[in-house]
Amino acid sequence: MSTYLASLQTGLADAFAADDHAYLLGEDVLDPYGGAFKVSKGLSTRYPDRVMTTPISEAGIVGVASGLALRGYRPVVEIMFGDFLGLCMDQLLNHATKFRPMYNDQVRVPLVVRTPMGGGRGYGATHSQSLEKLFLGIPGLTVVAPSHVHEPGTQLKRAILDGDGPVLFIENKLLYPMELATGGGGLSVRREPEPGGYPTVFVENFQAGSPDVTVIGYGGMSRLVLPLLESLAREEIKVLAVFPSSLKPLPAATLVDAAARSGRVVVVEEGTSGFDWGTSVATLLYDQLWKRLSRPIRRLASADSIIPTARHLEDSVLISTAVIEQAVLDVLQ
Amino acid sequence: MEPSRSPDLALLERFFERMVLIRAVEESLLDLFAAGAIRGTVHTCLGQEATAVGVVAALDAQRDVVCSNHRGHGHFLAYSEDAEGLIAEVLGLPSGVCGGIGGSQHVHARNFYSNGILGGMVPVAAGMALAEKLRGQQAVVAVFLGDGAFGEGVVYEALNMSSLWSLPIIFCVEHNQYAQSTPWRLEHGGDLSARARPFGIPVSVVDGNDVMEVHAAASAAVDGLRAGRGPHLLFMETYRMGPHSKGDDLRDPAEIAAHRKHEPLVRTRALLDPVHGAKLEQEVRQRVAGIVERLRRRVLVAS
Repeated sequence: MSTYLASLQTGLADAFAADDHAYLLGEDVLDPYGGAFKVSKGLSTRYPDRVMTTPISEAGIVGVASGLALRGYRPVVEIMFGDFLGLCMDQLLNHATKFRPMYNDQVRVPLVVRTPMGGGRGYGATHSQSLEKLFLGIPGLTVVAPSHVHEPGTQLKRAILDGDGPVLFIENKLLYPMELATGGGGLSVRREPEPGGYPTVFVENFQAGSPDVTVIGYGGMSRLVLPLLESLAREEIKVLAVFPSSLKPLPAATLVDAAARSGRVVVVEEGTSGFDWGTSVATLLYDQLWKRLSRPIRRLASADSIIPTARHLEDSVLISTAVIEQAVLDVLQ
Repeated sequence: MEPSRSPDLALLERFFERMVLIRAVEESLLDLFAAGAIRGTVHTCLGQEATAVGVVAALDAQRDVVCSNHRGHGHFLAYSEDAEGLIAEVLGLPSGVCGGIGGSQHVHARNFYSNGILGGMVPVAAGMALAEKLRGQQAVVAVFLGDGAFGEGVVYEALNMSSLWSLPIIFCVEHNQYAQSTPWRLEHGGDLSARARPFGIPVSVVDGNDVMEVHAAASAAVDGLRAGRGPHLLFMETYRMGPHSKGDDLRDPAEIAAHRKHEPLVRTRALLDPVHGAKLEQEVRQRVAGIVERLRRRVLVAS
């Protein structure tokens, strides 16, 4: 059994072992500290020349990494908190993702920017966000966000070794210490490969028949949804939970099939409500399954608000298991 | 070829031809724009031919890297001498350097890269210098930026990292005294040329309109980069003779006229034999005119 964190550590090490052009740049990544969330721990000891601790210059280091990528290297940038991506926005938007198309396909930018998102630890408004949706609209950016039902290390290794364009790799803070879910306790976990190489995982709380409802979520939502599947199984409510790891490109065919199996869909994300990932997923499903949906699609997200620090206030803003459960029960009315 | 010509004069003539190439292309683009043949905009580098030619001549075209900005035609022509590819690109033709996709501000060929976000290429250039340092073949990176770019924070981040990691990069600052419509004194506190010194980066201040002085300073700096002595900043005093973009220029005509006496082509012509210099200039201008005429017909056919 492996944790989400250990999987990432292994994936990084494996990527470094496989390609001596892989480099890591980030703040506080050197051992013994090994990064704020320890994902880089051990790497600088094994590869002292290829792990670079940087000044606190998020824009600058993404720019530097883009330059490395343009000139034949495979850089990984660790951005300490996903909230700090605001500082890198121009380098991602107007540089890393634009070089290849602007220059008529003459160059490649195999850049990986990895960063943890997510609240629930009381870090407050600027250290708790889930900002994926701000980046999904950037053409040419692949956005990957594994859950604890995936193998995040395998995906990180793939992003580093096989990516041929910029990848924004989103980790989740609360998932780091969790054991990867491989099934058991009444849940079956099944991996569905995707053409882009970042698989979608199905989790079911039933053995036979069709699901009553399909729940679609990504990233940290696996932490909320899997226990819910167990408790709903006791109510004999059959749930198919679908966790894509690739947010962009969206694994459309897989999501459409999964939604069609029940005709009742709940989409859930930790980011703030409005102009969000769930809206894109729902639109896709409405387009393809108009006559096969028996209910409007429920889209759940955190409140359109900052994330307060005090526990009860934070809990009232962030999406919770209780809210997801209520939505599932609602679509079954 | 006259047998008694000194190497310096021969070199100056080569530099003159390249500067005329830049001037002729830029003037043609402004004419094409005025005639409605170009969409979008062009940021011409009139008056800044010596900085482009002098610096790029100090580089090794095969292995060194040049990063540039929105006002990059001169840098590109000094690097590639591909007037046809550039003009086609700005005209949006498929035969352009980037298939007409990048256009004037977003150009790439071989080791030349430009982009239109002010200061944005500076950290990218630092990353390229890091790559070349890791590769260990003594290649260097030259990045062009103007005085305006010293308003962008990311430039300082790049200066810091370049110094910290002793990167083989030369920051080529074209102090052309204007950022779009704004005189530089309204944008910067303190001493602009000294900006890099607190990072431990040596600075050479040169007359950017003297192509030989630029070349000599750039060559010395590049030698230092190849020897691993760390980054350098070349601060080149010059003046933007033309408008920021397209044809709009609201500056005092008297000020511009005063600077015209010291612009690089005027200064260089004065050092050459008048007849020979005029002949060299004529040949280059005719070649450019021929390219423009040919490409212009292709645009008419395509539209």
